[in-house]
Amino acid sequence: MTGRLSSAMLTAFAAAICVFLVLPTLAVAPISFTETNFITFPPRGFTLHWYREFFERPEWIGSLGTSAVVAVLTAALSTTLGTMIALGLGQLPRRTGRAVTFFFIMPMVVPTIITAAALYTPFARAGLVASIPGLVLAHTVLALPFVIINVSAVLQKLDRRVVDAARSLGATPATAFRRVTLPILAPGITAGAVFAFITSFDEVVVALFIAGADATTLPVQMWSGIRFEISPIVAAASCLLLIVSCVVLTLFWLVQRK
Amino acid sequence: MPGKSMNWRSGALLLPGLAFLAILFAWPVARLVATSFSDSAGAFIHYQRVFLDPIYVRVIGRTLLLSTQVAVLCLLLGYPLAYQLNRSGPLGKAVILLCVLIPFWTNLLVRSYGWIVLLNPQGIINGLLREIGLIDGAIPLVHNTTGVLIGMTQIMLPYMVLPLAAVMSRLDPTLPSAARSLGASPLAAFVRVYLPLTMPGVLAGLLLVFMLSLGFFVVPALLGGPRDILLAQLIEFNINSTLNWPFAAALSTVLLVATITLYWIGDRFFDLGRLWGTR
Repeated sequence: MTGRLSSAMLTAFAAAICVFLVLPTLAVAPISFTETNFITFPPRGFTLHWYREFFERPEWIGSLGTSAVVAVLTAALSTTLGTMIALGLGQLPRRTGRAVTFFFIMPMVVPTIITAAALYTPFARAGLVASIPGLVLAHTVLALPFVIINVSAVLQKLDRRVVDAARSLGATPATAFRRVTLPILAPGITAGAVFAFITSFDEVVVALFIAGADATTLPVQMWSGIRFEISPIVAAASCLLLIVSCVVLTLFWLVQRK
Repeated sequence: MPGKSMNWRSGALLLPGLAFLAILFAWPVARLVATSFSDSAGAFIHYQRVFLDPIYVRVIGRTLLLSTQVAVLCLLLGYPLAYQLNRSGPLGKAVILLCVLIPFWTNLLVRSYGWIVLLNPQGIINGLLREIGLIDGAIPLVHNTTGVLIGMTQIMLPYMVLPLAAVMSRLDPTLPSAARSLGASPLAAFVRVYLPLTMPGVLAGLLLVFMLSLGFFVVPALLGGPRDILLAQLIEFNINSTLNWPFAAALSTVLLVATITLYWIGDRFFDLGRLWGTR
């Protein structure tokens, strides 16, 4: 009897925590349709005004464009570099591999505020502040560990004998890599690319330091929106961000399932 | 044959990445650390301020306290959730995993904004409490430490649940029942058998959440008050507002050493590396 009761209590408690986890994400959507100029819950009326404003104000729609370009370039650069690193790490002896991996994982461990502060001076000297190339380079630093982790995970499960079999059947190393290794690694590489895209698309701390007025990303624009202009346009922007995440993840899921 | 050619190949594969991270990460961070010692008045002058000036000691103390509170809160919420995840059927598992992973994939700013929407004086939580008649005005839930605690706990919870669930799923499920059959009460079976066996997950989760909380910037800046700032905000303030780079660099170095030490401990003793799947 007590077992059943405590079991039901545990289920209820777990359900409450699940609500706690998704609540702030869900709370944003209704606010974006409010007719008031301030955030209020429950929202009053229904309007698409804030979405129209988002697409009409150049600082908002422009920042979305910047974010998209930076995220795509970051995903491309970090997936290429990260896959090469993972392949290289896979061939190292265990002990060396572990030490080198520790180095490559560091950008994920070191607080972003430190990376941002460290990059500011060299970027200012090199003229990379407030530029898209600057943002792409900085975001690639942050995204690399996620690509390495995802590709390494698949690489560990790769059966070397399959590659050896291709070689013994006459494939050159390049052909064996292109036609055997790469297709097997593809799920890890796509996962890494998705992680890299999202890392860049959502990143705000480094962007706050180096984005500047000429290359404002959407998260930076939202940051000032939340701090200085409590209007529901931030809620509309949030919903658009959520939609982008959902689309990317659905595409990812469809690719992985194939 | 494999030895030499493999080293050559792995070197060629690793070189671009090593060069990239050396130029764009390791060297800039090393320069930042060097800046903290570069004062004509003495190499450690900024560290003396960090550790002796009561204002800054208080910021460090507050950061340590908040990170501990977040880690403990995450454990109290995460342990039952991981337990429930482990014993649920396929559907329950999917729902819980979805709820745990949604925050992972939701923009930090969206979630912080969501909390402001919920917790502000006109928000739904205060509205509900007024409705029931528990309060008259509004209790301040955001732009103070309460807001930071709520926001941080929600953001860090997945980092607690995932290592815990990993340990729990590897446990032999018959062990607690064996303890029960030998006469232990449910409580004793949990405290003396289940809990000790899940300790590696508990410690890994606590360490991970504590480590990540130490250097957190976004949530404290958006949900916290102007009076009780944390270490990362102090670094940002010294760079963007007072332009005191050497002092900001000293604060960064303290945070850097603390984080890397904690990560090293986690990697060495609690198998954090396995959590990332890099081993």
